Amino acid sequence: MTDLSLSNQTIAGKAAPPSEARTLRLPTQWLGVTPFFVFAIMFLILPTLYLMLGAFQNDAGEFTLENISALAQPSIVAAYWISIKVSLASALIGAFAGLAIAIAIVRGGLPEWIRSATLTFSGVASNFAGVPLAFAFLATLGRLGLATVILNTLFGLNIYAHGFNILSFWGLTLTYVYFQIPLMVVIIVPAIDGLKKEWGEAAATLGATTAQYWRMVVIPVIWPSFLGTVILLFANAFGAIATAYALTGSSLNIVPILLYAQIRGDVLHNAHLGYAIAFGMIVITGLANVFYIWFRTRSERWLK
Amino acid sequence: MKSGKFWAWVVFILGAAYFFIPLIATVEFSMRMRRGAYSFDAYQIVLGDARFQATFTYSVVAAVFTIILGVLIVVPAAYWIRLRLPQIRPVVEFITLLPLVIPAIVIVFGYIRMYGSNSPLPFLANDTATNALLVIGYATLSLPYMYRAVDTGLRTIDVRTLTEAAQILGAGWGTIITRVILPNVLIAVLSGAFLTFAIVIGEFTMASLLNRPAFGPYLQNIGANRAYEPAALAIIAFAITWGCMSLIQILSRFAPKSANRPN
Repeated sequence: MTDLSLSNQTIAGKAAPPSEARTLRLPTQWLGVTPFFVFAIMFLILPTLYLMLGAFQNDAGEFTLENISALAQPSIVAAYWISIKVSLASALIGAFAGLAIAIAIVRGGLPEWIRSATLTFSGVASNFAGVPLAFAFLATLGRLGLATVILNTLFGLNIYAHGFNILSFWGLTLTYVYFQIPLMVVIIVPAIDGLKKEWGEAAATLGATTAQYWRMVVIPVIWPSFLGTVILLFANAFGAIATAYALTGSSLNIVPILLYAQIRGDVLHNAHLGYAIAFGMIVITGLANVFYIWFRTRSERWLK
Repeated sequence: MKSGKFWAWVVFILGAAYFFIPLIATVEFSMRMRRGAYSFDAYQIVLGDARFQATFTYSVVAAVFTIILGVLIVVPAAYWIRLRLPQIRPVVEFITLLPLVIPAIVIVFGYIRMYGSNSPLPFLANDTATNALLVIGYATLSLPYMYRAVDTGLRTIDVRTLTEAAQILGAGWGTIITRVILPNVLIAVLSGAFLTFAIVIGEFTMASLLNRPAFGPYLQNIGANRAYEPAALAIIAFAITWGCMSLIQILSRFAPKSANRPN
């Protein structure tokens, strides 16, 4: 506590607005941010730490690595694996499709209204997730969905006979892409806007072809923001549960659904194993975000 | 560049198809309830359902409280950081990003274990306290959006000069925040509020795990038991999201554009 108040004094001495000469000087310095920190510690940091510590304890409260090693059982590994696959596939598809759309609307010479309409729609669609999104895809690609029926009656293509199922890896991935693409568009359009016209002119002056300009200027500049956003999309899909739960019930065993079942009814018959699953999720999304921050600092160099 | 324009159209049309087909399909499906003819029966049933009205009202009220709580936490903090403590900005920004890193299901799992009936702070002991915990959880989820919106709003006004002017006129901290700062960042706060509303209104994970009668669990329940009503609900939810985003866009036209003193 003492060195905290010491640093307060130095701060107060440095940049003091006129009213600084009040009686209660030290406490007021932190007054405005106190509710924020109390809230963040009580309802964000402590609950998370509680789970993370619980992952390394047994029922008697002693330190153990058993919970973590219990994650290696096949059903849990399979859940993590399918979660990672769905998140990665939807992030990559969403990222490439989103990039293509962003380039098309920014650089493709399309009418101006298309750009603003696409950006507005992306804002809506990137927030249209959860249970309603699952309903929309069931109405589209479910057994009686419009797209399924039209493909069958017009083209004679019964996608369900060909092994497609909305309650599967590809069904879930295709559904997640619906909020991944718009998120990519929203984030990457500013990066593409940041490509200066002068760079294209400079490249042309130096005799570069369009292909060379793209390969040697555009891609290296966009690359870090692109990779960073892929990681953000990955984390975004990895923690999502509502869409998957409403779409597939518990027939597709992704990690958040496993954790959900564990919280509701201790299906794993070991409370601390639940903590370990949560810990694993935090590690994966945390690692993803470390990479994201690293890529973002690299990309900001070019976008001043 | 002619081929470039051609490909741009191809990409755009493919993208538009991917995004509009599910919407069209959902509208079509939601109107198929009456055999052989399109009708709005599903919408009538949904809107007339007492549980729809109850859960929707519950979630609207929860969203309003979430917004109030979010404003109470974020506005003073963001203001204070701009005015007095710019050196702790990175810490606060990092904390506000945490809800994007830690999945909602993990956060609520932590609540359930930490604030259970036998804990020193038994939030789960009765309904009122659990409702409060849900609002708290929602405020946590909306922290990244709320903070960013308010901080952007504060950037466009000269916080220090306004504060000093108010102080010279004899205003206390409460007056400064509620009557000087808040009106100036009102548009930014409202953008954050509508985004919060869009996120909270259909939220499933937290409401379900805390056993609250909210709109999200109701949606899930209908989806598991009915055929046409879910499609109607999806369209209603899409309209709500669209409404919130449109309001944010309209508001942003009124927001001050120039930064007097970016710091």
